[in-house]
Amino acid sequence: MHGRPRKAPKPEEEAASVAKAQKLRALQTQFFSFHHNKIYTKEAVELSAKLLEINPESYTAWNYRKLAVEHYLSQPDCNPDLIKSVLDDELRVVENALRQNFKSYGAWHHRKWVISKGHSSVNNELRLLDKFQKADSRNFHAWNYRRFVAESMKRSEQDELKYTEDMIYKNFSNYSAWHNRSVLLSALFEKKAEGFLSKEKVLPEEYEFIHQAIFTDPDDQSGWFYHLWLLDQTVTTDSPLLASSWPGHGYDVLLVEDRCYNGSAFSPFTALHSDSGSFPIVLYFNQPVGGVSSSTVTVECGFNKNEDLLWKPLSASNSQTARVWVAHLKIPSSDLHSTVEVSVGHSKGIISTRGFEYSHPSMFSFKVRVQPMERDFSQVSVAESISLREENFKIYGTQSEESIINSFNQLSIKNGHESTASNWRSEALAKEIECFRELLSLMDCKIGKLTLARLLMAYDVMSYPFANKLVHSEEVLELYSDLMKLDPTHYQYYKDEHSMVLLQKVTSSKESLLQHCFQYKDSVSSAICGPICLRLNNLSLSRMGAFEKLLWVQMLDLSDNELQSIEGLEAMQLLSCLSLRNNKLRSLTALEPLRKLKLLRVLDISYNQIGDHSIDTTRYLCSSPLSHSVGSESNKDETVTSGVALIDNWEAFYIFKDFNLNQLDIVGNTIADEKFKSILVKIMPKLKQLDGKLLG
Amino acid sequence: MDDIPPYPPIDPTTFDLIVIGTGLPESIIAAAASTASKSVLHLDPNPFYGSHFSSLPLADLPSFLSSHSTSPSPPHSPSSDDPNEFSLLEFATRPLYSSIDISTFSPNLLDQHSRKFNLDVAGPRVLFCADKSIELLLRTGTNQYMEFKSVDATFVGDNKGNLWSVPDSRAAIFKDKSLGLVEKNKLMRFFKLVQGHLAGEQDVKISEEDLQSPFVDFLNKMGLPPKIKSFILYAIAMADYDQEDTGVCRDLLKTKDGIDQLALYNASIGRFQNASGAFLYPIYGQGELSQAFCRRAAVKGCLYVLRMPVTALLVDKDTGCYKGVRLASGQDIFSQKLILDPTFKVTLPLGSSPPLPLKEKLPFFSLKDDKGKIARGICITKTSLKPDISNFLVVYPPRSLFPEQVTSIRLLQIASNLAVCLPGMFVLYISALCNDDDQGKKLIHAVMNTLLTVPLDSESNAAVQSETAEIGSAVQDETSESSSGGPSDSGEEKPTLLWSALYSQELTLGQVDFICSTPMPDGKLNYNDLIDTTFKIFQEIYPEEEFFPETSLENPEVDGDASPET
Repeated sequence: MHGRPRKAPKPEEEAASVAKAQKLRALQTQFFSFHHNKIYTKEAVELSAKLLEINPESYTAWNYRKLAVEHYLSQPDCNPDLIKSVLDDELRVVENALRQNFKSYGAWHHRKWVISKGHSSVNNELRLLDKFQKADSRNFHAWNYRRFVAESMKRSEQDELKYTEDMIYKNFSNYSAWHNRSVLLSALFEKKAEGFLSKEKVLPEEYEFIHQAIFTDPDDQSGWFYHLWLLDQTVTTDSPLLASSWPGHGYDVLLVEDRCYNGSAFSPFTALHSDSGSFPIVLYFNQPVGGVSSSTVTVECGFNKNEDLLWKPLSASNSQTARVWVAHLKIPSSDLHSTVEVSVGHSKGIISTRGFEYSHPSMFSFKVRVQPMERDFSQVSVAESISLREENFKIYGTQSEESIINSFNQLSIKNGHESTASNWRSEALAKEIECFRELLSLMDCKIGKLTLARLLMAYDVMSYPFANKLVHSEEVLELYSDLMKLDPTHYQYYKDEHSMVLLQKVTSSKESLLQHCFQYKDSVSSAICGPICLRLNNLSLSRMGAFEKLLWVQMLDLSDNELQSIEGLEAMQLLSCLSLRNNKLRSLTALEPLRKLKLLRVLDISYNQIGDHSIDTTRYLCSSPLSHSVGSESNKDETVTSGVALIDNWEAFYIFKDFNLNQLDIVGNTIADEKFKSILVKIMPKLKQLDGKLLG
Repeated sequence: MDDIPPYPPIDPTTFDLIVIGTGLPESIIAAAASTASKSVLHLDPNPFYGSHFSSLPLADLPSFLSSHSTSPSPPHSPSSDDPNEFSLLEFATRPLYSSIDISTFSPNLLDQHSRKFNLDVAGPRVLFCADKSIELLLRTGTNQYMEFKSVDATFVGDNKGNLWSVPDSRAAIFKDKSLGLVEKNKLMRFFKLVQGHLAGEQDVKISEEDLQSPFVDFLNKMGLPPKIKSFILYAIAMADYDQEDTGVCRDLLKTKDGIDQLALYNASIGRFQNASGAFLYPIYGQGELSQAFCRRAAVKGCLYVLRMPVTALLVDKDTGCYKGVRLASGQDIFSQKLILDPTFKVTLPLGSSPPLPLKEKLPFFSLKDDKGKIARGICITKTSLKPDISNFLVVYPPRSLFPEQVTSIRLLQIASNLAVCLPGMFVLYISALCNDDDQGKKLIHAVMNTLLTVPLDSESNAAVQSETAEIGSAVQDETSESSSGGPSDSGEEKPTLLWSALYSQELTLGQVDFICSTPMPDGKLNYNDLIDTTFKIFQEIYPEEEFFPETSLENPEVDGDASPET
C-alpha cells in the first residue's frame, strides 16, 4: 500500500482503461437520467451499484442510493424484513466498492450512514475492519471508521487502547494507530475512567512506550508525533490560567493626559499617557479562552461601573476566543487616587478552547492617579517628531533603580497554586531531557535536537516561573542555531523558535530586560510616549513573542531584525510608538495586529519588503481581508467620498483606516511611491508627518 | 534389517550412475542426474530413505545408531579375483557414531507408540526461509512432496534457565523487554547499516578492509554491547565457536560472511506469509527432505532399490578403473559413475596404489581441517520449555553455560503439530561441536540440566548419572548466587525428561578415496554447506550438465506409479 513505485502503463492497460472509461460514461449517462427522474426501481438501483463498483468515488451515486433507501423505507408496506434486506444490500455495495478502492471517502461515509440507521449488526463491522486493517494497517479511513464503530458498539476505550497497542507491536510505524491512541487517552482522561484519573500515572508509561519506538528507529516520524502529543499533555495544564495583566498587581498607575507628569513618586514604567479619555485593562491568559465578560471578571473602582465594561478578545481572527482580552476604563475626571480591584474567574464561564473551565480564581489590584492636563495638548505635539535612532537614546540610568525593581517584580501574576501541582510535570520533563540527551549522544538526529530544545524550554518555563531565570536558554539557542544549519528546509521554523527563546531569555530577568531599556532623549520633552523605550533591535528576530512580559511597553524598537510577521503584537495595548524599520515584512496585511492598538501614534515601517512580491505568500498565515469582519466594517460611501480607489488599494484602506497615527515612515518599500503616499494621506486625515515631512 | 528377502534381479544391469545411500546429498544428486536424463540406480541397504539424514521411529533410532558405531565384522568373502576381467574390492563401513546413551524414563508409554515418533538422526536442523535448500526445493518443484511449518522464534538461553527472545527485526527490537533504549538504538542502527550496505547505498558502504576483518572486530568497532554482539554472532549469524577467543575459535567469522548470514536471516523473516519466524521445519521430520528428492528422481526415471547392501566394488584388472558394484544378491551392476554415502570404505588390496584420477580431481573433498565431532542429543518431554510457543530454536552462546564451553549449543524444540511425536509431547534436538565424546556429553548435559528435570530412577547406566550430577552441581555452584532472586528458577516447573538419546557423530572420516563420496551431516543448523558440496560433486561427475536446469519446473509430472518403492 505504501512505497509502491508508479509504473508507466503498458499499451494493453491503456486500452483497457479507455474501454473502462467508455463503459463508465455510458453507465453514468443512464444513471443520471434515473437520478434526475427520481426513478428508484430495482433495475435503476442496481445500475448505480454497478457504477459504484467501477468508480467508488461517484458521490452522486452514493447520494442517489441514500435517496433510494429513504424511498423504500417510506413505502407504506415497509416491514422490518424489508428494511434489513435493503440495508444489507447497501452494505454489500459498499463492501464491493471498498474492494475496488479501500480509500474511497464516499464509500466509507455511505457505510456510516447505513449503520447509523440502526438496523444492521455492528459486530460484523469489526470483522470487516479487521480485514481491511490487516491489508493495510495504516489506512486512516479504516481507523476513522473504527472509531465510529467502537462508539456505536459502546466498545470500551480500554479495549480499543489495547487494539492500538497490538497494531503498534506489529509495526510501530503507524501514524493512525498512534493518533488513535492519543484520541482514546484524551477520552479516558476526560471521563476520569478507572486507571486514568491522573495523567501523572498514565503519561510516564506512555513515555516509556514511545521511547521504545523512538530509540529503535529515530528516523521514523510517527513516534515523534505521538511524543509531541505527550509533551503537550505534560506541559499544558488543563484549566487555563491568567499569565499576566496590565496593570499588574500593586501597580501605581499614573495617568497623564498630557506630557507633563510628576515623575518623582512614580516609576516611569507605570505612567501612561492617554489622549482618548480611557485606559485599558489587559488580561493575558496562558491559552486561548472564551467567555471573558463583566460577569466572569469583576472590576471594582470608584469611577467605572463594572457592568459598563466591555471585554473584547484580541485575536487575529475574529473568533470569540483569545489569549488576550482587553477592556477600557474611563479615566476619572478629577485628580484622584483610586484603587482598582480586578477579580478573574470567581464565577464560572471562562472556558479554554479545549473545553476546560478556568478554575483558579485570582485577584489583583492597582492604584490609579490622574495627572490633570496642564497645557494645551495641540500646541506641543504638532512640532515634535519622534525618531528612534541611536543618537536619541541613552542607557537607562541607575538613578531610579529602586522604583524600577519594585515595579518590575510586580509585572507577573503569582500563580502559586500551580507550582505544587506541577511537580510531576517537571519531573517528567527532566526525565525526558535525560533520555534525549542520551539519544543525541548516540547519534546525530535533527528531530531529537528539536525535541530536546522544546523539552529544555518547557522545563525552564515550568520550573522557574518565579526564579525569572532560564537555565537552559543558551543551550536551546545553540540547538536551534545548529538545526538551522543542519536542516535548511525548515530554516524559518527554527529561526522563529530561536527568536522566541531569545525573547524569553531577554525578558526572563530584570537585569537582562533592563539592558534593553533606554531613555528616549530628554524624557520630559516627550509628549506622546512614556520615557522608556524597549529596544529589541538588531537581534535578528524573525518573530515576536514573550508578550506576557511586555504588556507595559509603550515605546518599542524592533528595527533591524528579520521580522516577517508581528503576530501577537496586538497584546501590547499600551504601545504608542513602534519601529519596525528594516525588517522583512512583505505585505500590508502583515500589519494587521497593529489595527487593534488604539494608542499607537508613531509607526515606522520603512525599509521593509512591502510590495516586493506580487503574490503575498504570507497572507494565508494572517487573516485574509476577504474573510471576517472586513466587509461589515467597511463603508463604501466613506471610501468614495475620500476619493480613494477601493479596488486598487484595498489592503491599504483596510489596514490604515483604523489607525490613529500622527507619524508614519514607510519609505524604502516598493509600494511606497508618491501615488500611494497621497492615498495614505487621504485614508488617515489625522496624520501629521509622513516620511519625516510635515503634512499641511 | 536382518531378514533380507530374496533379491529380485535388477534389470537393466548397466546405468550411467549408481548412487549408494539415500541421504540428502545422494538423493539430490540422484534427482539432478535423473533430471539431466542420466539413467540412475539408487540403492540403500536400509529399509527406509534418508540414511544419516533420516527421521526414524523411536525404537529404530538406537539400533540404527549402534549399527554405525562399530566397524563391521570382517568381509564375508576374502577379496579375491573373479574369473573375469574385474578385481573385487570389498566394501567396509566406517563407524560414524560413538558414545551412544539411550535413557528411558517412561518405557511403557514410549514403546507402545514407537512408530508415532519421527526422530531426526542429524538434528537439530531447520531450513531458513530464504536459504539454498528452499530455493532448490522451489526450483525443482520438490516442495510439492512436502509440507512445512514455521519455527516461530529464536531465543538465547542462559545458565539460569531463562530464554531471551532474539530481537531479530525492527518490530522485535521495539517489543523487546530485555534490551535498554541505547541497546535498541545501537542494534537497529547496525541492522540499518547492514541493510544499506546490502542494498548498495553508497553512503553506508562497509569498507573492503572491514569486510575482510573478523566479524567480531567489526561489531566491536560499531560499539555494540556484549549482549547484542552475542545475539548477532550466535543467534543470527549462527557462529559455532567463541569468536572472541582466537585460541579456541576454529571458524573465525569474517565480516563479509557475517553480513551474508544476517542477510540470509533478514531475507528469511517474513518471506512466507504464514511463517512468522525465520525458519521452517518439515512435517514428519527432516527425513522427508531426502525422501522428497528421491521421489523427484523417481519421477525422472531413477530406479530405487532399498534393503540392498552392496558388497564389493568391481574395478578393471588392468587399469584399476571403476566398473561397477556387486550387490548382496550376488548380481553385478555396471555404471559409468558411482556415488557413495560417506560411511562406505573401500579396502584396497595390499600393495596396490589407488588409481588416482578421481582423487586429484576432487581437491575440495579433502576437508580443509579437522573439525572434530558433533555431539547430538534428542530429548522427549511432555511439556514445552516455554508456555504458549511450541516450535522454536534456542541458542546457548559459547561460555553461557559454563566457562569451558567454547562452542555454541543449539536446541530445537519441535511439537507434535509437526507429526514428530505423540500429541502433547515435544522433541528437543540439541547439538554442539566438540573435540571428543566426553566434552560433547558435557555440553549436552549442561543444557539438559539447565532446562529439564532428569528423573533419578532410570534405566540408563550409572556413569551417565554421575556425570550428569557432576555437571549439574558445577552449573549450580556458578549460579547459586544469583538464582535466589532469579525470575525463572523457582516459579515454574522444568519439563521432565521422558526419553533421551545422546551420541557423538564424526564430522570427518579420512575422506580421500578414488570414489566420490557425499558429505555426512555437518554441524550447521541448515543445509546450505551440504548443498554447496553436493552441487560441486555433481559438477565434478557431470561437468557438462546443468544442475537442475530452470526448465525442469515447467512440466511437473504427476507422481503416480513412479513413487519410490519401499
